[in-house]
Amino acid sequence: MAATASIISSNPAAAKLPTTTASTSLSPFSSIKFPSYPSTKPLISNSTVPHFHHKTLSSTLISPHAAASPTDTAAAATTFHGVCYVVGDNIDTDQIIPAEYLTLVPSNPEEYKKLGSYALIGLPSTYETRFVEPGQIKSKYSIVIGGDNFGCGSSREHAPVALGAAGVAAVVAESYARIFFRNSVATGEVYPLESETRLCQECRTGDVVTIELGDNKLINHTTGKEYSMKPIGDAGPVIEAGGIFAYARKTGMIPSRNA
Amino acid sequence: MASSSAITSPPTPLINKKDVGLSAFSSQASFSVQKFQKRVSKKIVSVMAPQQSERRPATTGSVKTGMTMTEKILARASEKPQLSPGENVWVNIDVLMTHDVCGPGVIGTFKKEFGENAKVWDREKVVIIPDHYIFTTDERANRNVDILRDFCNEQNIKYFYDIKDLSNFKANPDYKGVCHIALAQEGHCRPGEVLLGTDSHTCTAGAFGQFATGIGNTDAGFVFGTGKLLLKVPPTLRFVMDGDMPDYLLAKDLILQIIGEISVAGATYKSMEFVGTTVESLSMEERMTLCNMVVEAGGKNGVVPADSTTYKYLEDKTSVPYEPVYSDEQARFLSEYRFDISKLEPLVAKPHSPDKRALARECKDVKIDRVYIGSCTGGKTEDFMAAAKVFLASGTKVKVPTFLVPATQKVWMDVYALPVPGSGGKTCAQIFEEAGCDTPTSPSCGACLGGPRDTYARMNEPQVCVSTTNRNFPGRMGHKEGQIYLASPYTAAASALTGFVTDPREFLQ
Repeated sequence: MAATASIISSNPAAAKLPTTTASTSLSPFSSIKFPSYPSTKPLISNSTVPHFHHKTLSSTLISPHAAASPTDTAAAATTFHGVCYVVGDNIDTDQIIPAEYLTLVPSNPEEYKKLGSYALIGLPSTYETRFVEPGQIKSKYSIVIGGDNFGCGSSREHAPVALGAAGVAAVVAESYARIFFRNSVATGEVYPLESETRLCQECRTGDVVTIELGDNKLINHTTGKEYSMKPIGDAGPVIEAGGIFAYARKTGMIPSRNA
Repeated sequence: MASSSAITSPPTPLINKKDVGLSAFSSQASFSVQKFQKRVSKKIVSVMAPQQSERRPATTGSVKTGMTMTEKILARASEKPQLSPGENVWVNIDVLMTHDVCGPGVIGTFKKEFGENAKVWDREKVVIIPDHYIFTTDERANRNVDILRDFCNEQNIKYFYDIKDLSNFKANPDYKGVCHIALAQEGHCRPGEVLLGTDSHTCTAGAFGQFATGIGNTDAGFVFGTGKLLLKVPPTLRFVMDGDMPDYLLAKDLILQIIGEISVAGATYKSMEFVGTTVESLSMEERMTLCNMVVEAGGKNGVVPADSTTYKYLEDKTSVPYEPVYSDEQARFLSEYRFDISKLEPLVAKPHSPDKRALARECKDVKIDRVYIGSCTGGKTEDFMAAAKVFLASGTKVKVPTFLVPATQKVWMDVYALPVPGSGGKTCAQIFEEAGCDTPTSPSCGACLGGPRDTYARMNEPQVCVSTTNRNFPGRMGHKEGQIYLASPYTAAASALTGFVTDPREFLQ
C-alpha cells in the first residue's frame, strides 16, 4: 500500500466528472494524506486514479503512472481492465469477509494484506471457482460483477477493504446496500459502479472486461458485448475530491494539512 | 415498488399498502404536537412598533414546508431551517459509538488523519463499548480490546465500558455487553438527537425518536476529529401498524412482516417511520427490536415517535435535556404501508435471507438442531421473559440444545433476579434450567455473527438453528452451510420444545 502514497501526492484530484474520477486519498492504509492540493494543477486534467492504477498495473491497457501529464488521454485516466468475477444478488458482508476475520485491523498494513487473502471466502461452495486461490494473498480478478443489493448486512469497513486489498479496482453491481457504497467511497478501496442491466447474468467469471468510466461503459471482450453504466451520481463530489477527508479539507470544513 | 414481488408466502389480506408518491397526508393527531407556539402578551406596552429581531424561518413555523421526523432531526443538527430528501448536509453528531471490532480501525484512521496527538472532538460524546469478541482466547481479539483501553485512557473518554477479567464478567462492573442495548440502558439514547455508530444495528436507537445509523471506520474517524459528518437526507417510508397485538406476537414478528413485504433492499437509503396504535402500545425494548432490523430492509434509519413510554424509560437514565420532534401533518412520505396487526400470525425468515418470510406454522416440518436466544435483536430482558413464558406454559423440556446469551450484564441480572409473571416467583433462569436449556452465558454479541472459532454456541457444523437474531445470510452464525430461521423469542422457545419450527400458539393458547 505504501506505493500509493507517492502517486497520490502527485495528483490534484481536481478533475471533473464525468470525464474522469478522482484520487482516493481516503484509504486509511495509504499512509499519507497529502497536505493540500497543488493549486497550479489544471482543473480539467484527466488525472488518474492512483489507488486504482496501483491495483491494475498488470493491465496492458493502462499506463501506470499517468499522473497529470498532458499527454494522457481520458481513457488512460478512467479505465479499469481485467478479468471479472461474477456473483449474484444480496452478497452480504459476511460473504465478502466472514466475521471470524474481523479481528484483523484494516489500518494495520500486515493485517490489511491478510484481509485481502480472505476476500469473498464466505461465498457458499456453489461458487466452484474461488475468488482467491488457497495460499494466495491476492485475487487474479480485479473487477467484481454483482447483482442487486451488493454489500448488504453489517457496516464493517473490512468488506470494501478486503476486496481492495485483494486487488479489486471496481465493483459493478445493479445496486448497493447503503453502507457498503458509502464505505467504498470513503475509503477509496474499490470503485462502486452501478450497471444499467443485469450484468451478473451477462458476464461469466473469467471474462475479460474493460470499464470506461468517462463513457459509463463496460466492454466484455470475451463476448464482444458492450453495456452502459449509471453515472456515479451524488457521491461524485466526494469521490472527485478524494474521499470524505479530502472533501472536507477542500470545502473548508476542516483545515488543510499544511494550515 | 418491489413490495408485491417480494412476498413469498403472503399473509396479504392484512396489508393495505397505499403508495402515495410524494403527496402529503396527515399524520396521527397524537404525533403532530406543534412545539413552537409562543404565548404573546396582549397587554399594550408601547404605541411604537417594537423593534423586532430578525425572525428566521425556522422560528415561525407556519411558513415551513412539512418535514418528517428524520428530516427535522437532521435539520436541527445541521442548523438549517428546512431540509428535503436528497440534500447532503454536514450534521453535528451528539453521540458516536464504536466497539472492539471497528474501534481499532477508527482509531488508526483518526490518528493518521488528525495526527498522533489529536484529541477527539468531545470526550463525553464518544462512547466505546467492547462487546463483540470478548470471551475468546483469540489473541488479536483480546489485543483489540487493549487498543480501545489505551485510547480511552489517552483521550480520557468518559464512557468506556471496559472488561479486563475475561474469566468472570461479573468481576467487571464497568462491562456492559451488546452496544446497542447498553447505549439504551446507560442513557445514551435520547429523542431528537443524532447517534452514529460503527455497527449497522446502531439504527436500534431510532426507537427513542432519534436519528441513529451505522457508519464505517473512516467516517467514524472523521467524526472523532470533527464531531460532524456529511449525511444525505433520506426520504421516509411510513409504516402504520394498527390493531391490538395478539399475545402470541412480538415486535420481531412485525419487523419480519415488513421486511418480507418490502424485501432486503426495499428501504435502501430510506428512513422507516413506525406509527399507529400497535406501535404506541409497544414497550421500549419492543420498539428497539422493531428499529433494530430496519437495516435488514436496507434502511438508513428507523424512528418511533417519542411518547410517555419513552419518557418513562428515560426518567432514571439520563439527566441530559432533550427535545423530541415529530413529523408534521404536511410531511411528505415516499409511501405509506398499513398493517392490521390483529390479523398477523407468528412468522419466521427462512434461510438465507431476512426477507424470506413464512408463517411459523408453514414450517412445522422443518427439523431443527438447536435454538439460540440472544443478540441486540433478541437478547433483551423482555425477550428472555417471553421465552420463559412459553417454557412455563408447556411445563416440558426442550428437545434440542438451547443457547441463551443475555445482551448485557443488566439483562443477565434480570434473567437471574426478576420473577416471571404467573410462575409463582420463579426467575427466567430457574425456568430455563427446569426446561433443560443451557445455562445463560456471559453477555456479548456471541454467536449471532459467528465470531472466533471458540465463541460460545457458534455454529461449527452445518446445522439448522432457530434464532432470535437478525441475519441469516450464509455463514452468519459460523458455518456456511448452516441454516438459520429468524424468529421471535416465543417462536424460538416453542421450536426448542418440539425440535421443529413451531408456532408458539401451540403452547400459548
